[in-house]
Amino acid sequence: MSAVVLDRRSFLRVSALAGGGLMIAAYIEPVAKVLAQGRGGGGPAPVPNAFIKIARDGTVTIIAKNPEIGQGVKQSLPMMIADELDVDWKSVKVEQGDLDAKYGQQSAGGSTAVPTNWVGMRQIGAAARQMLVASAAATWSVPETELTTASGKVLHAKSNKSIGYGELADKALTMTPPDPSTVKLKDPKDYKIIGQRITGVDNEAIVTGKPLFGIDATVPGMQYAVIQRAPVFGAKATSANLDQIKALPGVKQAFIVEPVTAQQGQNVQTIAWGGVAIVGDSWWLVNQARAQLKVEWSQQPNATDDSAAFKKMAADLAPKLPAQASRNDGDVEKALAGAAKTVEGAYFYPYLSHAPLEPMNATVSVKDGKCEIWAGTQTPANGARQVAQALGLQQSDITLHMFRIGGSFGRRLQNDFIVDAALIAKQAGVPVHLQWTREDDMRHDWYRAAGFHFLKGGVDASGKLVAWRNHFVAPTGSSLGAGEFPARFVPNYAMYTSPIQSGVPTGAMRAPGSNGIAFVMQSFMDELAHAAGKDPLQFRLDLLSGPLVEAAPNPAAGGRGGGAPGWDPARMRAVIELVRDKSGWGKTNLPKGTAMGVAFHFSHAGYFAEVAQVAVDANKKVRVDKIWVAADIGRQIVNPLNSEAQVQSAVIDGMSQLMGWEVTIKNGAAVEGNFDEYQPVRMRNAPKEINVHFLQTDNNPTGLGEPALPPILPAIANAIFTVTGDRVRTLPLFKSGYQWA
Amino acid sequence: MKLDLNINGKSVSVDVPPDMPLLWVLRDVLQMHGTKFGCGAGQCGACTVHMRGRAVKSCQVQASAAAGAPIVTIEGLTASGTHPLQEIWRELDVPDCGYCQGGQIMAAAALLATTPAPTDAQIDTAMNGNICRCGTYVRIREGIHRAAVVAAANNKKGTL
Repeated sequence: MSAVVLDRRSFLRVSALAGGGLMIAAYIEPVAKVLAQGRGGGGPAPVPNAFIKIARDGTVTIIAKNPEIGQGVKQSLPMMIADELDVDWKSVKVEQGDLDAKYGQQSAGGSTAVPTNWVGMRQIGAAARQMLVASAAATWSVPETELTTASGKVLHAKSNKSIGYGELADKALTMTPPDPSTVKLKDPKDYKIIGQRITGVDNEAIVTGKPLFGIDATVPGMQYAVIQRAPVFGAKATSANLDQIKALPGVKQAFIVEPVTAQQGQNVQTIAWGGVAIVGDSWWLVNQARAQLKVEWSQQPNATDDSAAFKKMAADLAPKLPAQASRNDGDVEKALAGAAKTVEGAYFYPYLSHAPLEPMNATVSVKDGKCEIWAGTQTPANGARQVAQALGLQQSDITLHMFRIGGSFGRRLQNDFIVDAALIAKQAGVPVHLQWTREDDMRHDWYRAAGFHFLKGGVDASGKLVAWRNHFVAPTGSSLGAGEFPARFVPNYAMYTSPIQSGVPTGAMRAPGSNGIAFVMQSFMDELAHAAGKDPLQFRLDLLSGPLVEAAPNPAAGGRGGGAPGWDPARMRAVIELVRDKSGWGKTNLPKGTAMGVAFHFSHAGYFAEVAQVAVDANKKVRVDKIWVAADIGRQIVNPLNSEAQVQSAVIDGMSQLMGWEVTIKNGAAVEGNFDEYQPVRMRNAPKEINVHFLQTDNNPTGLGEPALPPILPAIANAIFTVTGDRVRTLPLFKSGYQWA
Repeated sequence: MKLDLNINGKSVSVDVPPDMPLLWVLRDVLQMHGTKFGCGAGQCGACTVHMRGRAVKSCQVQASAAAGAPIVTIEGLTASGTHPLQEIWRELDVPDCGYCQGGQIMAAAALLATTPAPTDAQIDTAMNGNICRCGTYVRIREGIHRAAVVAAANNKKGTL
């Protein structure tokens, strides 16, 4: 993760707004100074950019450049600009920007929007403000030092004069804008918008049902399309009963769409899977026509992929440690042999589908060598590039209009559905709206990869953790950093990886590299705490208080789970202590059948410790009564209202993963297709209380979309163990007979 | 098949297959996009509308069955977007992504119409068919309780 500070190669440009007023654009060359932080620097820095429009009447319009997936970025970045510009939030309009190089980096993912824009957005607002002050000074012939600003006005106290920003537009057009990197930023105590509880700018449209999402896009002459993809990942359509399909009601066209592979960075990857498209003037009718579709698919080597077979392969591999460890500190075998107590655990987390509520869709028009796209995507620039690759166009031929996204959780980091829509639109010769069904969505995802962990750990006679060995068996796409916690905190630590071949497409899902892994590590940590006869929370604090082991090989930078450099145990101890105190851990008399569980995790530069109070009855019915989350994401919570919502969201998301979710692979295809087979948490399962506490420390602000999720699974599982004595090591819990009360 | 529908107090004629779900009549024929498609199987509630005053999943209602029945969608819940639920939803910032929220509001409005002061258990039952994948349930629950109070006060004043 990196924060960008505008340097001397950045500059503001001012131009006249049609109809009067002022347009302020910040242009930043992609060589901004990078502050390495958290996960370390490296790679080109994301470049913040922004447009501010100030109309003569004082209305301020700020372009929201990033995709909004429910994480609240449509407020948080404009809030930073507006505060430094010194305008009232109620006078600010936020407009979604389209994909445009002038806005710099436009993406959603990795909990990066706040940390990468925190300095740059404020500098842009402050520089614009300073230019308006200079304009007023020139207008009134007074020194700038005598001027102040408030609520979109420049004030001169001595003469009791004030002038609105909009009225300064003509003068500002003649001024040389200041260098944003030289402007003075506000003292945080003077913030008027940052730190306030700001509600969503799209709430009005949402609560009154106005069109807002990609699924709502319509263009003249548009037809509706469906695509039948191969059930087996990677298979292609070789023939289909197209003539029969074309004769069905409402169907205009039916054709085979060829898959497309293209260079993506250093690799050649599938960017569109192909299949059979049906196009017509009613989505429902073209989707009905699918029932009559008969397709011959190519044979695929991965057609034998099977979840049960993977499980057996993993069990067979478990005792066969590879010759080479990916990390080996101390002497783990000797330490295990000499340990006072050892514990073994075989853990599993399954493939998961993202299951955003808005199924994948895109509207595309291809005409005269140009392509126009209306869609929600977390990575619009990748989408435009891939469409250009698939259609043989230049990226400059692609226009992409960004829509609010009806949930994503990482699914729309991939743009395969947009490329499909573009291929269909080109072949059909009309603009099309491609709409997936829920079943398409669930069975053609880029899944969170499954993983198997065979763990053995040991504690000494004093109850101290002395040995930790993990044999990670990884179906293709599953990964684990060599620095994964508790690396560095245990003197004897070894990690081995054995691969299993799988053709299941995998991709990032909310808190990737952490969401399943935290369940494993923090559950096994709990097992060791109980074996040591220690309080599970104190056991963790003790572990984090010990000397750090700095042994070769160095943990890989980017280890989001724990052991990577920059992971500060003092910050983690502080949030564990906070959650202990807030939850009344160890001091609360709980009814029989109720217990608390604790877990912590570091990811996406955030420190999170969570306690769950859980009741379990004799029929394995689980009720999560209360959750406490303690978090350290730096010195400033940009929007507390939205931040609490993000934490609540992560808790509910994690509960769905814990209890209800598994995508099963059979005959090379995903089995589950709809929510009846893939139950998310519903209202009656949700805890009545999710208490969120931010520990504000003197560190740069970091992101919140993801890091609250990983600890909730083990916190609840650890509470279930304390109530029942049953240590569930396989997700989801319903496979072990548990259900929500 | 020609069907006469009554949507948000207005009569509209459509020519659609009789078994086309009301959801797709609304979205693709009438271009009313507030009612959302989420699962097509009555599992998620994103397509919730009122039919004869009751919350129904419009993906599960055939157009022919909807003919003649008063239908209310999120666009027509109130003329000016001032239902207590809509007001409270804005104020509490209930939405995250917002995709499910039209359906949530319609399900909650049907509940409040019959149960002016619902208990938590009544909310659990009434809202069980509405998934919020972002997990805004804590705020939805609070929103329903608060809207119930506002609606009761409005009733006393005779404004609703």
